[in-house]
Amino acid sequence: MGEAMTSAAIPVVVEFSGGLEMLFADKQRLTLNVPATDKDNKPATIAYLVDYLCEEEMGDARKDLFVLDGHLRPGILVLINDADWELEGEEAYELQSGDNVLFVSTLHGG
Amino acid sequence: MDRIDHLRREISLRESELADLKSQLALAESEHRLARQAKPWAWPLSGEEYQRYSRQMIVPNFGIEAQLQLKAAKILIIGAGGLGCPAATYLAAAGPSHIGLVDGDVVEKSNLHRQFAHATSRVGQTKVSSAITFLKDLNPNVVYKAYETHMSTSNAEEIVREWDIVLDCTDHPTSRYLISDICILLGKRLVSASAFQKSGQMMVLNDPPGQGPCYRCIFPKPPPPESVVGCGEGGILGPVVGTMGVLQALETLKVITREAPPEKNMMLLFSGMAEMPFRSIRMRGKRKDCFACGEKPSLTLEGLQTSMDYVQFCGVRRPVSLLQPEERVSVKDYAESIMDKGHVLLDVREKELFGLCHLAGAVNIPIGRFMNYRGDEVPDWVTDTIPGGEPIYVVCRVGNDSQVAAQKLMDMGLGKNGRFIGDIEGGLVAWKQVVDPDMPFT
Repeated sequence: MGEAMTSAAIPVVVEFSGGLEMLFADKQRLTLNVPATDKDNKPATIAYLVDYLCEEEMGDARKDLFVLDGHLRPGILVLINDADWELEGEEAYELQSGDNVLFVSTLHGG
Repeated sequence: MDRIDHLRREISLRESELADLKSQLALAESEHRLARQAKPWAWPLSGEEYQRYSRQMIVPNFGIEAQLQLKAAKILIIGAGGLGCPAATYLAAAGPSHIGLVDGDVVEKSNLHRQFAHATSRVGQTKVSSAITFLKDLNPNVVYKAYETHMSTSNAEEIVREWDIVLDCTDHPTSRYLISDICILLGKRLVSASAFQKSGQMMVLNDPPGQGPCYRCIFPKPPPPESVVGCGEGGILGPVVGTMGVLQALETLKVITREAPPEKNMMLLFSGMAEMPFRSIRMRGKRKDCFACGEKPSLTLEGLQTSMDYVQFCGVRRPVSLLQPEERVSVKDYAESIMDKGHVLLDVREKELFGLCHLAGAVNIPIGRFMNYRGDEVPDWVTDTIPGGEPIYVVCRVGNDSQVAAQKLMDMGLGKNGRFIGDIEGGLVAWKQVVDPDMPFT
């Protein structure tokens, strides 16, 4: 099982709400196996997951509706297991097996 | 036409007066009945109120105590639209002392599928007077205060100061930041909701005052203006926004009548068409460095009134300017000299909008298809829809997406061999204004 070590992956569920699903082929829920470490061999964090989603999963060319100036664009909330990511450490939070990460775009209409 | 408009106005005026007289009569009658009784009235509510509110007062743990708290409450509802109508209806019916309504718009026919406090006969009236006509008929015991204006930095303090609790039922980030800021400065709890297409969100802010997070704690930076799409452009289902307005009313009752403040901050997410439509998430608390409510806040009442510019803060969507002047035609030129010649008319609005109404002979590729495509080759969905070598004219609603799509077609190489690719300036909105006023929808 030596291969498993080099290609270790973390299973996570990523969900989109508030219109962000539009950027991911209208899928509201993705079941992913995200590499456990980034290119510098550091544990995969939320910041890494955001990059990964942009590179691997987003079909849409409008990346600036998701990432702006290297960070998640203003107006998007991140919920890790149904709690605001601020409670968990924001971009530095290290992904755990089975995590549910929900990206919510704020709505304005009324 | 003048005579028809005049009669409509007269009828709607009379109807408002009639509703007002009826509510005065109902009150006078109930007071008369009470006055006739010889012995003094020994109960905290009138007989009419006992009848009217009995079904909610017998709910476990609501009781007369909650009703009396409600009877003392003054509730301000900002926005008399899709959220404001259901919120104001349920709150007025439940029996607060005062309800204030703030809105500067007039009723349009396109409001009526969701803004049910208005009526076909009141199209053209201000939303505030229309809603108050409806609410007075529903519950004449409440005192209604009308603010027939939009909230602004200059009137915000004057409007909000006298109220106990505020509902944000508006539809744009500029008003959402302004309302949150004034609620922080004046120590008001804020029940905020929003809705779009099939989804909704709701949260309670500044609760308890000075302790709960504000709108800026949750969203310190406004979203880029390009990402802000209103219900007029993107659409909204009536029951979706209705659900959110009703939930706001319930949350307001909760805040007014509860015994202790909440220990956690919650945001409710609603996805109307999903299998599991409701989801509650645990929100962050106050942001220490919050501009409005942090440890060293920069926001002051004077600053809000003299130097804050919420429109500038939230930004304005820049018009697209991708094509050269010679690549753009006016609606007039298109109608007069291009329409009858061989060409392709490509409409890039969403397929639902195209399905409602489009120009004769137009074909449809929604703008999203172009945005999703990252290749260099001409894809099949282009060659299948736009065969041959005739000139291509792209059209959309107002003339922004049409430029983006035309540019993409050029980038794909469709314009080599000298094939013309351009767009119609001003889109179908200009077409309706200048060429064909009978077009039913743009």
